[in-house]
Amino acid sequence: MSPITELVLQSTWETVVMVFFSTLFAVLLGFPLGIFLFVTSPRGIAPKIVPYQLISRIVNTLRSFPFVILMIVMFPLSRVVLGTAIGTEATIIPLSVAAAPFIARLTETALNEVDKGVIQAAVAMGASKRQVVRKVMIPEALPSIISGITLTIITLIGYSAMAGAIGGGGLGDLAIRYGYQRFRTDVMIESVVIIIVMVEVIQFLGNKAAALVAKYPLGSFGRSKKVK
Amino acid sequence: MQLKLEHLNKTYTTKRASVTAVKDISLDFPDNAIIGIIGKSGAGKSSLLRLASLLETPDQGEVYYDGVRVDHLPKKELNRRRLEIGMIFQNFNLFSSRTAGKNVAFPLELAGWNRRDIDERVHEMLALVGLEDREKSPIATLSGGQKQRVAIARALAPRPNILFCDEATSALDPQTTHEILDLIKKIHANMNLTVVMITHQMEVVRDACQYVAVIDKGCVVETGAVSDVFRSPKHEITREFLSNIRRSEISVESAIAYLQDNGYEVSKR
Ligand SMILES: Nc1ncnc2c1ncn2[C@@H]1O[C@H](COP(=O)(O)OP(=O)(O)O)[C@@H](O)[C@H]1O
Ligand SMILES: [Mg+2]
Repeated sequence: MSPITELVLQSTWETVVMVFFSTLFAVLLGFPLGIFLFVTSPRGIAPKIVPYQLISRIVNTLRSFPFVILMIVMFPLSRVVLGTAIGTEATIIPLSVAAAPFIARLTETALNEVDKGVIQAAVAMGASKRQVVRKVMIPEALPSIISGITLTIITLIGYSAMAGAIGGGGLGDLAIRYGYQRFRTDVMIESVVIIIVMVEVIQFLGNKAAALVAKYPLGSFGRSKKVK
Repeated sequence: MQLKLEHLNKTYTTKRASVTAVKDISLDFPDNAIIGIIGKSGAGKSSLLRLASLLETPDQGEVYYDGVRVDHLPKKELNRRRLEIGMIFQNFNLFSSRTAGKNVAFPLELAGWNRRDIDERVHEMLALVGLEDREKSPIATLSGGQKQRVAIARALAPRPNILFCDEATSALDPQTTHEILDLIKKIHANMNLTVVMITHQMEVVRDACQYVAVIDKGCVVETGAVSDVFRSPKHEITREFLSNIRRSEISVESAIAYLQDNGYEVSKR
């Protein structure tokens, strides 16, 4: 394997690691926040004005930060948590922080879009607020949440390339260091093509996942028991 | 179950206006009857149904089930009471994240039934509505009539003693409406069940109900046995509803005549 090929593979792996872990942390953080926003919103099922406004403001502020600025702002946090502000691991922190509010909002929106009639039916059958959220709203919103997460992953691939510019590693870094600074156009093109392929693959898998969830609702599997 | 409403009032206040949707409505129907509540769009039918089904509390007045006052129940008792109340809706309101069978299982899961009993009851209910082979079907694959059948199975699974239907046939074609009404009547005949049907179609009242209350602008304008109201309607609104059926029937008659004139075979059902 040529050193360049090795470098490309190495960088691809770094991008995959960055995007995977930042998506994971963003979902772990953003999904519960989205549920919280939905439940406590003034028109939600258990309004709590002050906590809602607080979280909502933080989410909006983080969302309106340009990513480059966010990254620089996050340097101190990365230093505290990881002891360094550069490298693949360090980049995961600003990427997660950038994506979590996004996931929170799209979760909130997806929950808000669940048909009110369906909720009324669940309430009429005696479901508590907690049961309505867990047994009805989240499953009903799942296809839409999956589409949103797919979009987030694609955005993160773009951001991770940007993160490369300030020492994050990955394909963006490779494209800039070799392709741009050392005039290796072939490396630049390779990096960009791999990023495009990644985006296509994620979009395909995301669409498939959302379609599968919709096609096989709860109760599709297992044999149908014949009870006499 | 015997349903009695006493002097119910409900006003909705929004930023722009305040609407009194239910004005001093009192109704008292015999046990295990099929009751129609008919009114034009915006008359306050759905609001009245939400009060009678304990989804909302009245501003004034009382709701009695079998002589027991049930409006303003504490939360816990209310959720327990809900198992005695079934509801179906115009838009079916089924869970698309669950198969037909799991939709029927839902209220039983809430009621804490065990898996075996749930499975058994789901089969029994799907068979009752003629959908035993669709247990694993996603809701999106069912027709409107099949969806309403699943909704009926779901509503009746926990053995309620009253079933509220909010425009349950309004999204269905006449033929399917007929089938759903027949199904409700069949179930009613074999169960101890009061049925309250809200509708804007007098045909539904004629074909399925024993008693009727006509409401307009939040007030009851006429009430009584369906046969009496059809024979001698007292209020103008009632007469208007009656003339509407005649008109739609005349148009069905003329459509049949037209088809026959053009050489089609038409079987009258
Ligand atoms: N939740 C609500 N908030 C505000 N206004 C309402 C609400 N529900 C019903 N209304 C008003 O009450 C009136 C009666 O509505 P509704 O009971 O839905 O009538 P129907 O079911 O007979 O068409 C309407 O004017 C409607 O706008
Ligand atoms: Mg209505």
